[in-house]
Amino acid sequence: MTLPATGNLEKALASGHFAVTAECGPPRGADPDVIRRKGNVLKEYTDAVNVTDNQTAVVRMSSMASCVILGEMGIDPVLQMTVRDRNRIALQSDVLGASALGIRNILCLSGDHQSFGDHPGAKNVHDLDSVQLIDTLRIMRDESKFLSGQEIKGRPDIFIGCVENPFADPFDIRAMRLAKKVRAGAQFVQTQCVFNVEKFTQWMGMVRDLRIHEKAFVLAGITPLKSPAMARYMKNSVPGMDVPDLLIERMESVPKERYRDEGVAICLETVEAVRNIEGIAGIHIMAIEWEDIVPEIVKKAGLFPCPSL
Amino acid sequence: MIVADRKPFDEIMKMIAPYERILLLGCNECVTVCAVGGTKETALLASQIRMKRQMEGRAADVGERTLERQCDPEYANTLAGALDDYDAVLSLACGCGVQFISESYPGVPVLPAVNTRFMGVTVEAGVWAERCQGCGNCVLDRTCGICPVARCAKSIMNGPCGGSHGGACEVNDDIPCAWQLIIDRLKAKGGLQAYSDIEKARDWSTSRDGGPRKRIREDMAL
Repeated sequence: MTLPATGNLEKALASGHFAVTAECGPPRGADPDVIRRKGNVLKEYTDAVNVTDNQTAVVRMSSMASCVILGEMGIDPVLQMTVRDRNRIALQSDVLGASALGIRNILCLSGDHQSFGDHPGAKNVHDLDSVQLIDTLRIMRDESKFLSGQEIKGRPDIFIGCVENPFADPFDIRAMRLAKKVRAGAQFVQTQCVFNVEKFTQWMGMVRDLRIHEKAFVLAGITPLKSPAMARYMKNSVPGMDVPDLLIERMESVPKERYRDEGVAICLETVEAVRNIEGIAGIHIMAIEWEDIVPEIVKKAGLFPCPSL
Repeated sequence: MIVADRKPFDEIMKMIAPYERILLLGCNECVTVCAVGGTKETALLASQIRMKRQMEGRAADVGERTLERQCDPEYANTLAGALDDYDAVLSLACGCGVQFISESYPGVPVLPAVNTRFMGVTVEAGVWAERCQGCGNCVLDRTCGICPVARCAKSIMNGPCGGSHGGACEVNDDIPCAWQLIIDRLKAKGGLQAYSDIEKARDWSTSRDGGPRKRIREDMAL
């Protein structure tokens, strides 16, 4: 298999076109067709597709395996890698494996605490934190060395990503923390879901003040709301989520058969708002177990077709 | 200090069921301060066991004793001979005490009456909280006296993670976010400049990850 030196996502962002990535949640089982079906829905409408790494600490098909399945379909996959379940030995081994399998993009995260998941009695790892994982990937790629200092024979080719949650506390260090990640080596950033546009705009001001947007591509996280119940659940039960009451009330104000349309309408307004913020290089759509809605959002937002690269 | 919780009474009764003559052994150190295994608690548990045994129609041969420290040969050795009258020891000390009595008297079963929880402090009367994990490489000079290893649920060295909210940890609203505390201290000290420093990957070999630890001071050997 001959692999391109640069992945589609990196090319898209470098070319300056407003990028679209989407999230694909892997199944809680071994059926590869679940990934293929989601991949088919997302392929034409995205520059790259993220696969989550046991999100909310619930066991799912591995991100690595799912990324390979997407790669076989011609999709540029983004391997999400948390530091919750693997130490530096396993993480670096997976980076080599991912690169060998043609996975170009790796997104570094802490990972939700295992107490939220289906195995709350599990032991966690946290040998490295997310900033240190980014640093490790940069050292592996740029210095062709392991974290131990030993030489890598055949260095991995990686486009390094990170996440940041502008809605977590303390708010005033959130841009500074992103600056640390970019200094450690992150080249693109996918943010937590934006529901509170006002706060996100304020955060982006701080990002620009630190000139982070000139050193890394910032993609705003977008999640369509499916129902008022989902909005309330996101607000109350998902760590780090900021869903303003106004949005919940707006979802509640329409009859049940209109929930979907109202969720899409809010989503499109958010996309429009973040597109107008200086320094935003694209969007990352996290349609949780609702990947089928992504084509409609991308088309209605005027982001389809993706320019051919 | 080392903080412990007493095991549920039913679990203790099940544990001591095979034995007739039992010595309840308290410890005058940490477990006394955290009110789980001192003289008072030893007497209370002994009474409970005697009553339960009498209700069961069994002999209630339950002795009581409290050592100054169960984790130290100076005091552990004082039990020599005294254990001949017992089938088992039920220790109310932490896991260190239980093991040290057990290795000092290998012929006698030494059973744990408490679950050892953490190294911590008395926050207020009746409240204890974890502060140290004994990682063997203290960073408190760089983190304003607040330990991210012990007090952040993910031991994040470049925190806080995206789950910090309103000063609380994502795991539980009752757990303060260690990084919120660190940042508050930094601000109070006059600036966030130090926050920009990236804390590099740690060497965990000084922690439990390097295997069970031992400290030797040759100059103190007798």
